[in-house]
Amino acid sequence: MTDISDLLISAKSGDRRSLSMLISAISESKYFPSINSTTGWILGVTGPPGSGKSTLIGQMVRKWASSGEHVAVLALDPTSPLSGGSLLADRIRMEGEDDLRENVFVRSMPSGKTPGAISPNLWPICSVLSECGWTRIIVETVGTGQSEFRIAALVDRLLLVDGPDRGDIIQAEKAGILELADVIAVNKSDLPGASSAAQHIRSSLSLASNDNREVVLVSAKKGHGIQELIEIIEKCEPQNTRGKMMMMERLISEWDSILVSHPEIDKIISELCDGSITVREAIEILVSSVRDGGS
Amino acid sequence: MRLLEVILPLATYINMRIVIAKPGLDGHDRGAKVVSRALRDGGHDVIYTGLRKTPEEIVRIVNDEDAEVLGLSTLSGAHNSLIPKICEQLIENRLGSVIVFAGGIIPERDIEALFRTGVRAVFGPGTPTSDVLDFLNEALIRKQNGSPVGVGDDSGWNWND
Repeated sequence: MTDISDLLISAKSGDRRSLSMLISAISESKYFPSINSTTGWILGVTGPPGSGKSTLIGQMVRKWASSGEHVAVLALDPTSPLSGGSLLADRIRMEGEDDLRENVFVRSMPSGKTPGAISPNLWPICSVLSECGWTRIIVETVGTGQSEFRIAALVDRLLLVDGPDRGDIIQAEKAGILELADVIAVNKSDLPGASSAAQHIRSSLSLASNDNREVVLVSAKKGHGIQELIEIIEKCEPQNTRGKMMMMERLISEWDSILVSHPEIDKIISELCDGSITVREAIEILVSSVRDGGS
Repeated sequence: MRLLEVILPLATYINMRIVIAKPGLDGHDRGAKVVSRALRDGGHDVIYTGLRKTPEEIVRIVNDEDAEVLGLSTLSGAHNSLIPKICEQLIENRLGSVIVFAGGIIPERDIEALFRTGVRAVFGPGTPTSDVLDFLNEALIRKQNGSPVGVGDDSGWNWND
C-alpha cells in the first residue's frame, strides 16, 4: 500500500504517469482512496448512440483547455457480454491540438461487469482527478437505460445531447432522463430538422411552468454554438434537489464495489448456479463477512 | 448453462489493456481495425487511436490509458524511422514495461532491426488473428515469470523466431 500512497503524492505534484497508474489501481479495486463527499467540478454527458457526444466533448475540451482549464475526460464504453473485451474508440474524436495536450487527459473506461454500465469506482476516480488539479471533469456515458440515472446521480451537472429528427428524445422523455438533464443540446444544427427538434423539446419543457432549462442548438462538426453551450453549462449550479439522490447513488456505488471485490464472490456465484444456496443466504454470507471487517 | 460453456473458453485469455495505433501518414486502417476487433473478441480492452498519430501522441495515449501492450500498424514504409522513435520515447517516459508489437507492410529484412529496438513480434499480411492472441498470451506468461518482454527490457525473446 505504501507505493500507492506514493503514487498519490506524485500524481498530485503533476506526474501523469503516476496519475494514470493510480486510476488503474482504483479501477481494479486494488485501492480505495479515502475521499469525502464533496468533489470537484463534474459534468456528465449522455444521449443516444450516434448523437455526437464524443465530437461535442472534443469541441468543449478544446475551448476549456485553451482558456487555461485542466480538462479530464472519462469515456465509458460497454464491455462485450460474450468475450468480456471492449473496443474503446471515443478518444479518436476528442484529441485536442498539440499545444493544449498538457491540459487534457482522456481515459477510456470499459463498463466491466457492473450493471448499468457505470463502474462503482468511477466516483473515487473523479475525486482523485479533482484532487490532482483537474478543474473540469467530463464523464461520457453510453446513452442507454439505467446508466443514465446512475450518471445523473454521480455528477454535479448533466448535459443531454440529441440529434435532429431522430425521435430519440421522445424515448428519453419516456425514460425520465429529460427531467434529470440540466442542459439539453441538439447537435448537428447544420442538418435539416435540428431547429424543429429543438423547438419540440422546448415546447415539451414549457408544459411545466417553472421549467426554464435551456435547449441549445450546436454543431459539433462545424463548431457552431459551442461557446454559448459552455457559458450555459458554466452558469448552471448543482441542483440541491439532487443531493439526496446523489448520496444514495454514491452509497450504492460503494456497496457494489465492496460486493464485486469480495474474495468469495466467485465461489458464492457458483453455489448460486448449482442451487446449493439461495440468494438471501448469499447476501447473509457477504454481509456478515463485511461486518467482520472482511474486504 | 450453455451460455457459460461458450463464455468460459474465451475467458481463458487474461484481460489486458491494449492500445492499437496508426503512426505515420498512410490512411488505411482496415488491418488495425480487424486486429482491434479480434483482440476485443479475445477478451481484451482495446483502445484504437485513429489515423495519423505522431510518436509523441502515441506515447501520451499509452501513458494516459495505462496500457500494457502497444500494437503499431504501418503500411507507409516509414516503420524504420517511426517505430524505433516510439520505442525510445516509451522508455524515456517510464513506459519500458509496455509490450510492443507491429504489423502491416514490413519487409523481412527490416524485422531484425525492429526486434533490437524492443519490438516483440511483427505480423505480416495473412496472419491469422489467433496468432496475435497467442503471442499476447505467451508474452503475458513470460512477463509473469519475470522474463524480459517490455520494450525497455533486454532484447532476446521474440515471437517470430
